[in-house]
Amino acid sequence: MSPLLEVSELSSGYGDFRALYDISITVNEGETLAVIGANGAGKTTLLRAITGLVPTWSGSIRFDGQNLLSVPAHRRVAEGITMVPEGRLLFPSLNVRENLLVGGHGRRPGPWTVERVVEVFPLLAPLLGRPSAVLSGGEQQAVAIGRALMANPRLILLDEVSLGLAPVVVRQLYAALPQITAHGATALVVEQDIGQAMSVADQVVCLLEGRVSLEGPSAGLDRADITAAYFGMGHRTEAGSNEGQG
Amino acid sequence: MKGYRISRSTPESTVGLIGFGALVVVLGTLPWWDSDGSLQTPLVAILYYLALAQMWNLLAGFAGLVSIGQQMFVGIGVYGMLQMAEVGGVDPYVAIPLAGLVAAVLSVPVAAFAFRLRGGYFAIGTWVVAEVMRLLTTESNDLRGGDVRALTRESLGGYSLETRTNSVYWLALGLAVGGTAIVVLVLRSRLGLALRAARDNEGGARSLGVSIARAQLITWVVVAFWTGCTGAVILLNTTSTTAGSAFSVTRWTALVIFMVVIGGVGSTTGPIIGVLVYWIIDEQLGDADAWRFIILGGIAAVMATVAPKGVYGLLQQWRPLQFFPVRRRLAGGPDNPSPPDVGDPEPQTAAEGEQ
Amino acid sequence: MEWVNAIVQGILLGGLFALFATGLSLAFGVMRFVNLAHGDLAILAAFLAVSFSATLEVNPFVTMALVVPIMALGGYVIQRFGFNWSIGTDPLPSILVTFGLAVVIQNALLERYSADSQGLDIGTFETRSIEFTDDIAVGWFPVLILGVAVVVLVGLQLFLSFTRMGRAFRATADDPSTARLMGINDRNIYAVVMAIAFATVAVAGLFLGIRQTFGPTDGPAQLIFAFEAVVIGGLGSLWGTLLGGIILGVAQTVGNQVDVEFNVLSGPLFGHLIFLVVLAVRPSGLLGRGRG
Repeated sequence: MSPLLEVSELSSGYGDFRALYDISITVNEGETLAVIGANGAGKTTLLRAITGLVPTWSGSIRFDGQNLLSVPAHRRVAEGITMVPEGRLLFPSLNVRENLLVGGHGRRPGPWTVERVVEVFPLLAPLLGRPSAVLSGGEQQAVAIGRALMANPRLILLDEVSLGLAPVVVRQLYAALPQITAHGATALVVEQDIGQAMSVADQVVCLLEGRVSLEGPSAGLDRADITAAYFGMGHRTEAGSNEGQG
Repeated sequence: MKGYRISRSTPESTVGLIGFGALVVVLGTLPWWDSDGSLQTPLVAILYYLALAQMWNLLAGFAGLVSIGQQMFVGIGVYGMLQMAEVGGVDPYVAIPLAGLVAAVLSVPVAAFAFRLRGGYFAIGTWVVAEVMRLLTTESNDLRGGDVRALTRESLGGYSLETRTNSVYWLALGLAVGGTAIVVLVLRSRLGLALRAARDNEGGARSLGVSIARAQLITWVVVAFWTGCTGAVILLNTTSTTAGSAFSVTRWTALVIFMVVIGGVGSTTGPIIGVLVYWIIDEQLGDADAWRFIILGGIAAVMATVAPKGVYGLLQQWRPLQFFPVRRRLAGGPDNPSPPDVGDPEPQTAAEGEQ
Repeated sequence: MEWVNAIVQGILLGGLFALFATGLSLAFGVMRFVNLAHGDLAILAAFLAVSFSATLEVNPFVTMALVVPIMALGGYVIQRFGFNWSIGTDPLPSILVTFGLAVVIQNALLERYSADSQGLDIGTFETRSIEFTDDIAVGWFPVLILGVAVVVLVGLQLFLSFTRMGRAFRATADDPSTARLMGINDRNIYAVVMAIAFATVAVAGLFLGIRQTFGPTDGPAQLIFAFEAVVIGGLGSLWGTLLGGIILGVAQTVGNQVDVEFNVLSGPLFGHLIFLVVLAVRPSGLLGRGRG
């Protein structure tokens, strides 16, 4: 297996705020990697840095061997990186079909069409002409995933797909993941829900306050270790030391 | 949290205030040592331009109200002065604050219209209102804005030419110094805090809601008052006018905007620098009116893109100084307070301190 | 009968205002950008036509084939390499940049062409008209202007609704950052929007120059009329822009008629007052979606 995405010693953030400290992760082609961590651990920043929406301060991001640093966000889509953003962020002026079509704006060749997206998410079939704003949360999330697929990605970044959705809906959505990877896309999943992440991922990376606190194959990780890495227990953390001073 | 205190003064702001005070004394005594008026005459215009610049900057740089209609308040001041002194027989010096008051009163219904618009549309909206006022003044049989009208000898009362010349100079100085003081006082007040919240963080400001709109309205009225007073003094200086020149967008707004942008929007020192830069450029260009606007407008347009904080901002990058004590800083306590624990924030450019 | 004629002429004049307003409306709709040099660009285009038709010795109508593409290219370049730097959550930089540009254009025109009024002479077509009654005559040229305005607005609406690029325009208008995730280059979209805005305002400027004489400082008035048409019609609605233009046109011609009969209020003032009334009663405009 060759590495599709190699992030090495990546630092990034917003304005003066540093959110990531020398993060290194690797995603192999065909594997599903789950990035877990508490709120504020830097998961979303990591994804936004990979897509180019936030600048890389230092370190490198290589995709299929190519250095992405000088590639602007809209070109990274053409390279085959796409993201389902947290909060879904559908375009309210566009109806469902148009939201899907705009996902394929870059005209990158590949298997995905509106019809195929509807095959994967049959619930969208009667909704194609509707304004996206009137959909339920689960329906919107299906559109958001479908919209990302329309770019015919090699790497699809899924940010907090389960956020704010009923468990049964989340299960439905994740059930589609094998069909997605079967069409040749590698998935990087960000989740707060550890159980959900472990069930779909081959590899797991846990972030804590902008640093990698644990990584390994999901099958081999001990639940107690994950919990410790997730909440930072047993580590001497910045927050802890500050509390000591304050 | 023991050991922290809020402080506005810095060592250089103390030096700055002393220097500013000394400058005011020097300028205030100028009529006694500049006997031929070679400095005094151009300084009158420079000083009332500084007043206008501080007022526009207070609106656009701090209150988020980018107005291109400031000429309406100048025009109201001019015609308020004309009507009161010429028709009403009011002493011209008494008429100055009254003209400002008229501008302040009229600014409230103007706000009722213009505040419905935001950003660029607010800018054009204020321009339209100023245009309406110019047209009304032109067409009014009482105001006769289409004709040249002047303050006559009778309405100027028993004041001698020398008294008038010197008093206009001192009034202009007072408008400039007072205008600067108004900005400092507004920024130091609770009003300033509300305005800054509105500028720096739209989301947070929205949750404050009502108080922001009120702060903007109060600022708007204060600016209208001071700009109206300035208009009245401008008429005292020139003594004659038409609606076209009293409500001129280029003279009373465009030039003022260019000065502030070149000097530095959103700082109290910026307008002072801008007015001085304007003075220098103006002296060089003499009568070449079109070129003056091409050069100033060009510099301002480029400046707004590459150096949005103007000359003052560039100076700050080189050596940060704070001449006016307007910014609250946290003093005392540990040297490096820990950064707040922020969870994956939405991407937004960090709000930069603007003084 | 004079009143009916005034209304008919106002509707036709509204076509010109709508054409002026199209670019302003589009740029605001897609990128919340207000170009204060919009009116001056129209005057610039008219002066370009004066120069071209003089040097090439052709009818000013023909110079449109030259002026409009040049202006469109200029719009693309100035947005891509200039205005884009001033776009952001704070509207102040963009207002300052475009206001500076407006003053530069006005004074550059003054310097190059002097303050004298100019006109574009296209021959007899300008004066030909159909007479319905003794009092009501409809000029072919104003009808042409209204026709062009309708075609431009309908065309733009179709473009936005049914093309890949139009979809990208709307997505960018909704959320430029997420649009980038779709592979849309928002900076390029903005530049194309400005190219369209410059092209349409160039057409409007040429029509204005054929209709009436013009001078270097006439731009701000055109900006204000365009802005009033946009606000009356409703922010973000192209149909509203057409309607707003027509209402403003009628207000001005009726206002002129009022001035003739009763000697109060001039045409433009009447138009401004209608604008203020709409702003007071319905701030989101007649067909607006309530955002703005």
